[in-house]
Amino acid sequence: MMKSSFHRLLGVAVVAGTIGLAPAAFAQASPEMMADTCAGCHGTDGSSNGPATPTIASLSADYFILSMKDYKAGKRQSTVMGRIAKAYSDDDIAAMAKHFQTKPFHRPGQKVDAAKAKEGKALAKKYCESCHEDEGKVGEGVGVLAGQMLPYLQYSIADFLDGKREPEKRQKVKFDALMKDKGGREAFEPILHYYAGVK
Amino acid sequence: MFMIDRRKFIAGVGATTSTMLAAPHVARAAGARVVVVGGGPAGATAAKYLRRADPSIEVTLIEANKDYYTCFMSNEVLSGERTLDSLKFGYAGLAKAGVEVVHDLVVGIDGAAKVVTTQGGQKFPYDRCIVAPGIDFAWGALPGYTAEAAEKIPHAWKAGPQTALLRKQLEAMPDGGVFVMVAPPNPYRCPPGPYERASQVAQYFKHHKPKSKIIILDTKDGFSKQKLFEQAWAKFYGFGTDKSLIEWVPASKGGKPTALDVAGMAVQTEFDTVKAAVINVIPAQKAGKIAFDAGLTEGNWAPVNKATFESKKIPGIHVLGDGSDAATMPKSGYAANSQGKVTAAAVAAMLSGKAAPTPAYVNTCYSIAGENHAFSVAGVYTYDAEKNAIAEVQGSGGLSPIDASDEDRKREVLYAQSWFRNITADIWG
Repeated sequence: MMKSSFHRLLGVAVVAGTIGLAPAAFAQASPEMMADTCAGCHGTDGSSNGPATPTIASLSADYFILSMKDYKAGKRQSTVMGRIAKAYSDDDIAAMAKHFQTKPFHRPGQKVDAAKAKEGKALAKKYCESCHEDEGKVGEGVGVLAGQMLPYLQYSIADFLDGKREPEKRQKVKFDALMKDKGGREAFEPILHYYAGVK
Repeated sequence: MFMIDRRKFIAGVGATTSTMLAAPHVARAAGARVVVVGGGPAGATAAKYLRRADPSIEVTLIEANKDYYTCFMSNEVLSGERTLDSLKFGYAGLAKAGVEVVHDLVVGIDGAAKVVTTQGGQKFPYDRCIVAPGIDFAWGALPGYTAEAAEKIPHAWKAGPQTALLRKQLEAMPDGGVFVMVAPPNPYRCPPGPYERASQVAQYFKHHKPKSKIIILDTKDGFSKQKLFEQAWAKFYGFGTDKSLIEWVPASKGGKPTALDVAGMAVQTEFDTVKAAVINVIPAQKAGKIAFDAGLTEGNWAPVNKATFESKKIPGIHVLGDGSDAATMPKSGYAANSQGKVTAAAVAAMLSGKAAPTPAYVNTCYSIAGENHAFSVAGVYTYDAEKNAIAEVQGSGGLSPIDASDEDRKREVLYAQSWFRNITADIWG
């Protein structure tokens, strides 16, 4: 994956759709070509059918890039993503981020506990919505929570709380407040049911 | 097994007709014609992604069977964790994507005239042809093991009735019985598959027939994910103790089978005769029959340009999936799916007079070795034009760590199940 700056330029040309007949061995693969290899685990165009692997469609490019770089550096807990992320250059990651940002997040609906989801909705309003806006569908530089796979959301919270993934400063403040007010890490569960169930 | 399905099918609909799924016959600009031979993971992916790449291309997929049973996850049927029906996929999704699906058996490909011929007598002219031949078995590699013998001693290495047969035999086996599996020589479909199978059968025995035993007679001295499997076997099935449910006999320790006694239900090895209640022979493999009949092979597999999967034997024909020589990618469902996309992009470009785009390939393969216990191997690949090689990106990929936590092994089970749902939807959905 070592590329000279000339080859990086070629890569940009591919992104811009102005590619000529570059010799295959020297050009970066197109964003679509690279992104399509993700579908085997993450679903066609990045929308997962679950039960656990997250949807990566419609993630903000910033969040996608941050995630991949953290996986690559081993800063974020993973089972398989760390091994895969190591294969991609910063240019590759940026190209895929831009690609997936434009893809729709399909929300066919997951089975969640309705009572928990109702309780979670109120908690989410207080502890999450300032960053995870519009029912967790959007947010600057943060993951999409709405309709995300429930086991994945649970893994993420466990990893944050167990020190295997570093929370953002604002996030840490909110996490601490939630656990202090509601008595520990179980307080996350209703919130996760709420977000997982958003259609 | 598949030949029998085909015969039954053809007998049912008459030898001169074939059925077409309702494809939307919308008016299309006269586009290029691509015929895809074979509707497994490689062929179906290529057909679907070709339509995505360029909807003006007329894509016809010819597949003998009405349904495809995935070989991946079929070991879970043997343990009772999964139904055979959960592995079954039809072709309505492809028809919806605008692929014309024809159920017939391809018997010839004329690379000079550019025509595909079927057993039903139909002829399909093409501009480019994509062949996903899958695998066939090298009958006779183990003396005594034939296609007929497989009706009594299943291979279960093409999923469907063979999987059901082996499951039935394991269910009927008395507690205390011996299950012998013959593991194949490299290269073959799904390298960790035989050892995942042993794990899944061990899981079933542990709960239902704890006095039973599994003996793997291997033609090799090592295998894919070996340390991870042995760790799981020790954890769940007593491997390494005299009470182990699983015994693995490598070639160097006399494990290599030399003959099969079908009537006597025994496997001969160099020094021994191993009698069994149930035998599963996973035979040596080669490319599917059509690859040989069409003259696409060299040795056991079809050599290709690995950036486009165009045959090195016959121009205009692309060969991909388990039947092609796509080393260093393993013969896996994920690899077939990934190669299908590379091929689709190459064919779409070549049909419009452009150079094939730079390929990108990925493989990820999970093995479920026990309850809440799975691990994986992952690979990200690029094309090395100088060597015509698919090269793994250095410093990436590889195995789940040997010291992964129980929590990670458990997560990999859910990720394996997610992979199955997502890749099958990507292929046939």
